[in-house]
Amino acid sequence: MTTVAPGAVWRTLVGQHHVADTLARAAAGQGMTHAWLFTGPPGSGRSNAALAFAAALQCPQGGCGECHACHTALAGTHPDVSVTRSETSMLYIKDMRELVVRSALVPVEKRWQVMLIEDADRLGDAGGRTANTLLKSIEEPTPKTVWLLCAPTLEDVPQTIRSRCRHVALSTPTAEQVAAFLVEKDGTAPPLAAFAARASQGHIGRARALARDEATRNRRREVVALPGRLTSLGACMNAAANLIDIAKDETEAITDAANARELAELDATYGDDRKAKASRTYRAALRELTHSQKQRQKRREMDVIDRSLMDLTSVYRDVIAVQAGAPGALVNEESRTDVADLARRTSPESNLRRIDAIFFARNQMSEFNATPLLTLEAMMIALRV
Amino acid sequence: MWQADRTMANPKASDILGHVLLVTGPEEFLNQRTVSSALAAVRAADPESEQSETMAASLTIAALGDLAAPSLFSSIRCVVVRELEDLPDESVDGLVEYAAAPSDEVGLVLVHSGGQKGTGVLNKLRKLPLVTEVKSATLKPSEFGRFVAGEVRSHGGRIDDEASALLVQAVGQDLRALAGAAHQLTSDFPDEPISESVVKRYFAGRAEVKSFAVADAALYGRTAAALEELRWALDSGTATVLVTSAFANGLRGLARFMAAPRGMREADLAREAGVPPWKIRVLREQSRGWDDRGVAEAITAVAQADADVKGASSDAAYALERMVLRVAGARSGR
Repeated sequence: MTTVAPGAVWRTLVGQHHVADTLARAAAGQGMTHAWLFTGPPGSGRSNAALAFAAALQCPQGGCGECHACHTALAGTHPDVSVTRSETSMLYIKDMRELVVRSALVPVEKRWQVMLIEDADRLGDAGGRTANTLLKSIEEPTPKTVWLLCAPTLEDVPQTIRSRCRHVALSTPTAEQVAAFLVEKDGTAPPLAAFAARASQGHIGRARALARDEATRNRRREVVALPGRLTSLGACMNAAANLIDIAKDETEAITDAANARELAELDATYGDDRKAKASRTYRAALRELTHSQKQRQKRREMDVIDRSLMDLTSVYRDVIAVQAGAPGALVNEESRTDVADLARRTSPESNLRRIDAIFFARNQMSEFNATPLLTLEAMMIALRV
Repeated sequence: MWQADRTMANPKASDILGHVLLVTGPEEFLNQRTVSSALAAVRAADPESEQSETMAASLTIAALGDLAAPSLFSSIRCVVVRELEDLPDESVDGLVEYAAAPSDEVGLVLVHSGGQKGTGVLNKLRKLPLVTEVKSATLKPSEFGRFVAGEVRSHGGRIDDEASALLVQAVGQDLRALAGAAHQLTSDFPDEPISESVVKRYFAGRAEVKSFAVADAALYGRTAAALEELRWALDSGTATVLVTSAFANGLRGLARFMAAPRGMREADLAREAGVPPWKIRVLREQSRGWDDRGVAEAITAVAQADADVKGASSDAAYALERMVLRVAGARSGR
C-alpha cells in the first residue's frame, strides 16, 4: 500500500489525519466505493471532510486546493457536486426524489457526480419513507455517482441506509488541535484561541464563533454561571426562561437579516404593484415563505438551546472532575472558583444525576418535540442544588 | 343579529311574491330557517303554489329566462337558489336584471353561504328596491342563552336564565342542536316552565370543557373534579397538548407567584408571575396548600406528560390522568 501525500484540501480538517489518509487514497483510486457515511460529533467537521473529499474526487491532482475544480467544489458551486442541507428540522421527501433524479445524470466534467447530504440524520421520519426513497440509488448508483452522507452517529441513520455505505468515523479534535487551527487559520490570539478551543469541547464552528464574537462569549458565560444559582424554585423557573431568551436573542441575530432579505426578494419578484400584492399567488408564496422561515427559526433555536445544554453539562463534568481530583485542565478553567464552590456543596453522584437530567431533557425535546420552556423548567428543577 | 331573523320570522306572502329575498351570513341554521319561513308563508297563501330549489351553479341564462316567463298554468311559484356564490359569471347580469323587476307571481329566494366569493353580485342586488336582505351573524358566547330563551318562547314555553345557561353548557354552541333541544323540552313539558332540574335530567354532562378548567381543578386539589373535567375535555375533542400546556402555564404562574418577594404591589406581582392582574387573586388562593417542593414535583410530572402525549407513551389519555393524579398528589404532600 502506497501512501498518498495529502493534498491541500485536507488541511482544513482538524485532527483527522487517519481519515484524510483513507480518503486521499480512495480519491486516487484505492478502495473507492459508491457510498460513504461520515460520522462524528457535532463540530468535528463531518461536512467539511465530505466536502474536501468531493473536491479531491473532482480535482485531477487529488485535491490540490488550487485548481478550479477544488475551488468550486469547496465553495459549493461545482456543477457535479450537489450539497443538500436541511434548514428546518427534517429533510423532505420531495427534495429527496429530486436528488434521486439528479444522481442518475452523467457528470458534466466527466469525473464524478457527487451527492452530498449534510444531515442524513434528519431523514428518519417514522415510516422511513424519506430514507427509502434514496435506498435504490444509494445501493446501486450509476457508475460515476458517489453518495456522501453525514450524521452524528451511525445510529442516527436508518439501518437500511447504513448498511449500504462505507463508514468514515471522525474523532473529536483535541483542544490543542483546535487552538492551533484557530491561531493558524484566523490569526486568533493564542490565549483566546486556547479558551475558545477548551470551551467548545472540540466543536470547531463553535470555537470559531467564541473566538470571533464577544456577544457569543457573554451568552456562554451567562449559561455557565447558571448551575450555582439554582438554589430555589423561583431561580429554576427564571433560569429556564433565561435559557430560552438567550436562544431567541442569538437566533434573531442570525435570522432577522436573512428573513428581511428573502421578503425583499419575494417582493421584487412580484413587483411593487398593489394589484400583484393582492393576488392569490403572491399571498400563497408569502405564506409559504413565512412558514419556512418559522420552521428554520425553530430549528436554529433548538440548536442554540442544545448547545447551551452542552455548556451546562461541561460545568457538571468539571465539578465531578474536581470532586474526583482528576488531573488536567477544566473545560471552564476561568470559572474555577464557582466550580470548586459547587463541588463542595454537591456530591459526585448527584452531579451524575444532573448530567442525566440534562440528557433526558435533550432527548425529550429532540425525540418527542416536547415544549422547550416546560422541559427546561423541569430540567432546572432536577439540577437544583 | 339573530333578532333580524325574528323580524322575518313570520313573513307575509306579499313580502315574498314579487320580491327577491336575499339570505346571507355565516349561520347556516338561521339561513335555512329564514328560507323555510318564506316558503311556509307562500304555501299558506296558496296551497297550490309550486316550490322548487336549484343550485346557483346550474343557473344558466336559459334557466333565468324560465324564471320570468309566464307559466301555462299561471300558478304561483317560489324558487330557492342556493350557493349564490357559485353563480356563473355570464348569468350575473340576467339575474340582476330580473331582480330589478321581479314577476308578481314569483318569489325568488337567493341564499349566499357567506365568505368573500360572490360579493360582487350581492352588492349589485342590495342596491335594488325590491330586494330584501336577511343577514345572519355568528352569535357571541353571551347570546346563546338568549337564543335558547327565544326558541322556547316561540314554542310557547318559558325557561329561566340558569336553565338556559345550563342547556348551552350541556349541548354546546351549535344552534341546530340547541333549537332541537329547546323544541324537545317544550314538547315534553308543555305547561310548566323549564327548570334547571329538567335540563339536568335530559342533558347530563358537559359539551365543552376548556383545558384550563382541568388545570384549575387540579391546582385547587380537587382531584375527582379534575379527573372528571379531563374526561369531558378529552371526549369533546380537546387536544391533549392543550391540557399539558394549561397545566404548565398554571404551574408556571404559581411557581413565579410563590417565588416573588413578599409585600409586592399587585400589579408588580402580576408582572413577576407573568399573569394578568385578575389572576393574582386565584393564584393567592391556589398557593395555599402548595409548597416549593410540591410545585417542583408537579412541574416534573407535567413535563413528562408533555413528552408522553407527543409519543413517548402509547396512551395519551392515561398519561394525562396520571399527570392529574401526580399534580394533585404533589399538592397534598405538604
